[in-house]
Amino acid sequence: MTRGVQTAYVIVILALLAAPIVVVAGVSLNAQQSLRFPPPELSLRWYAALFSAEDWMVPLRNSLVIAASSAVLAVAVALPLALHVWARDTWVSRALYTLGVAPFMLPPVISALGFLVFWVSAGLYGQITATIVSHAVFLVTLPLVTISLGLAGIDRTLVEAARTMGATRGQILRTVILPLILPYMISGYAFAFVLSLNEYIIAYMVAGFTVETLPIKIFNSLRYGYTPIMGVVSVLFIALAVLIFGLIGKFGNLPRLLGAERMQD
Amino acid sequence: MTELSLDGLTKRFGSLTAVDDVTLNIADGSFVCLLGPSGCGKTTLLRLLAGLEAPSAGRVLVAGRDITDTPTHRRDFGMVFQSLALFPHLTVWQNIAYPLRIRGRPRAECRARAGELLDLVQLPDVAERLIHQLSGGQRQRVAIARGLAIDPQVFLLDEPLSALDANLREHMQVELRQLQQRLGVTTVVVTHDQKEALTMADTVIVMNEGRVQQVGTPMQVYRDPANAFVAGFIGTSNLMDCTLNGDRSVEVSGLRVDLAPDDRVRADPGPAVLSVRPEDVRVGAADEGLPARVTFIRDLGESVQFVLERDGQTITALFAPGARPAAQLGDSVGVTFAPGGRVVLPA
Amino acid sequence: MSAAKDAPTPRWLAALPAAWLGIFFLIPFAIMLSVSVAHRVPGGFFEPGFELDSYRRFVSAFFGQILLTSILFSAAAAVICVALAFPFTVILARMGGRAQTVVLVMLLAVLSLSEVIIGFALSTLLSKTAGVGNLLTRLGILETSRAFTPSLFALLTGMCYLALPYAVLVLYPPVSRLDPELTEAARMMGATPLTAFRTVTVPLLRAPILGALILVFVFTLGIYLLPQVLGQPQHWTLSVHITDQAIFQSNLPFAAAMAVLLLLVSLAMVGLTLILGRGGKA
Repeated sequence: MTRGVQTAYVIVILALLAAPIVVVAGVSLNAQQSLRFPPPELSLRWYAALFSAEDWMVPLRNSLVIAASSAVLAVAVALPLALHVWARDTWVSRALYTLGVAPFMLPPVISALGFLVFWVSAGLYGQITATIVSHAVFLVTLPLVTISLGLAGIDRTLVEAARTMGATRGQILRTVILPLILPYMISGYAFAFVLSLNEYIIAYMVAGFTVETLPIKIFNSLRYGYTPIMGVVSVLFIALAVLIFGLIGKFGNLPRLLGAERMQD
Repeated sequence: MTELSLDGLTKRFGSLTAVDDVTLNIADGSFVCLLGPSGCGKTTLLRLLAGLEAPSAGRVLVAGRDITDTPTHRRDFGMVFQSLALFPHLTVWQNIAYPLRIRGRPRAECRARAGELLDLVQLPDVAERLIHQLSGGQRQRVAIARGLAIDPQVFLLDEPLSALDANLREHMQVELRQLQQRLGVTTVVVTHDQKEALTMADTVIVMNEGRVQQVGTPMQVYRDPANAFVAGFIGTSNLMDCTLNGDRSVEVSGLRVDLAPDDRVRADPGPAVLSVRPEDVRVGAADEGLPARVTFIRDLGESVQFVLERDGQTITALFAPGARPAAQLGDSVGVTFAPGGRVVLPA
Repeated sequence: MSAAKDAPTPRWLAALPAAWLGIFFLIPFAIMLSVSVAHRVPGGFFEPGFELDSYRRFVSAFFGQILLTSILFSAAAAVICVALAFPFTVILARMGGRAQTVVLVMLLAVLSLSEVIIGFALSTLLSKTAGVGNLLTRLGILETSRAFTPSLFALLTGMCYLALPYAVLVLYPPVSRLDPELTEAARMMGATPLTAFRTVTVPLLRAPILGALILVFVFTLGIYLLPQVLGQPQHWTLSVHITDQAIFQSNLPFAAAMAVLLLLVSLAMVGLTLILGRGGKA
């Protein structure tokens, strides 16, 4: 019946989304240096090769450092911004919120070029700091949106109740608001982390020739021919994304985080 | 004839059984209220009738025809949802005419029928308005009109009046009942409000934990509850542990009470529960009946409520203002129960 | 006491994010704007000035063609994606909580994947030795396996692949907030599931659907790697040319001018969704 048609539709779409990933995973298991699917012989040698290849380990380290620190910066900027917008509804707060959401809404090439000319002017072009700060600005939208969602779920009478019990503004922030939005800060961090890890064009334009990240490394390697090691990196990226979003889904309320209000637990 | 029959109807959600083996008949043209506390399965039962949920077991029959596998849109039922579910993108008359348009009736006919229905629910002048321009009571009437648009075989209503304030609600209860009597459509209403059920229904079905507890007229379920749950849920009852003897007498805390011919016994001899309505409690001198103490007196205007305590158990009594006993707060009194007002229920 | 004083956060709290975004987001844009009107020094960088040469160059037939190509590709991808994503989202929003979470995790994982990886994965899938070619040969549809990339088909497939999870996530909030009783009511009144979808779900969500079309359009305008991996040079979009001018042709003023134009197009589109969103609420 119709229920069956609906399920079939969802499964077909999901299968189409999964198909390239399945092929890449299969390719990464090739024993030879070829991209055959299904692989004629299975082997994990390219997984071992990745971790012993210095030319892949440096970009890996770069990517992790950039993702971890730019996500911290993004949350550090998003938190006061979200709090300010939540606490007062003025044109200033609305303008700031728009400014925080804008980087992510625009085609990233625009921001990338803006960052490029900025860092050239500031004399930091090609430094890892430039990549970190640029990513932090670009990705501030994600923790801003998740933290704002968390704040929107706080009953304002909780704040009033804390005040009647003698808590100061700082104490209310520490003892009531922050504990309630902590899960949203963590998911905002995770979103920013994963997206920074995968980001290409900003990292490329700002410091592509000196600070190689994994996506840059993959793209550069694509030009010299495909090897199964790219499949290995792709598989690791997918696994990491599934792990992180899976954890958010397990311990948090993912539907609500993505904007569904009508959600029974 | 659109007699509605449920045969062993069961709905499980995982390990939870929301509706548990319900078998009943709803007579043609009757007005039935499904009554019970929240989570008792009454809304699920209604959704099973509507075909919005598929039963885990059992059948639904209309006029003897099995419709268990008939999809919702081919059942030709009318329904009013708790949220009313009026379409915000359509005008009032377009909402009412929606089921007719779906059936391919010409626009002019739909328009005319919508006008008739608006007259029927006494809202003649709002046909062109949008839903958000209506008051709560007006929306209610539009939803009812829409549910009746196709002269449904069966009319289902899920807590239809819950969004209204108390006055309007009582008014709509009477109106809905009159409308149903005029049209003679078999009607099933879900409500958690016992007063609403007793006001409107021919037949009240009391549910708890997915099972039907009692089916009867409002008077039956009030005067002659089938078990302690019904006695406690419909109105207020004083429920006391007792022992039923073989000779139509009970013992309550050592006091022997002979039952009158019109007292009802629904239990077998042995441990049982004695149920007495507050208006059937009598308060007299300390040496007759159960010894108790007056712990609270409340004047409700139309009646006076006494709360009495004995052995840590409270008994509530209700008197007309003229029949108020002389006892004062803190007095020791004796409590007896009026013959005919005593019901012995299974423990 | 004034309301502002009662606010749970102090006023100065805004200073940090304001300064941060001002320095690292607004100033770069200001510099980019000034670079776009600067004078290009061939073979070197640029010197400050005010001239519209770079903008004038863009109006030439070649780059006008590129803008048109970009817009056409993005529009096609946006329409395909939203058409596929809308029913998907409606079904998704009615699934049980756990199933929804699993699907959302999958969508997020695909959405977050680097364009590089998606490009690599799709070009592998569409290549001669792995995936579709092999499958079709094995099924006897093709005599010998062939590659489906690079081609316009591969590029559009890639753009849709990238944008589909985005389209679903943009549609997800309004779709999941739609009261399920509205479609149930339509069913009660005799509408088949398809009729209920057509007469209730779609009209009620017209504004979010239009909004999603525009947002997906802007999103696909930003795609810059897939045209290089899956397309041929004539399929290069504006985003690709901006990068190309900035990095390989060392013509920053021209790249900046193109970026400013792209920004204007995007802002106009995003502004349009805001207006649509407001219209939908009234």
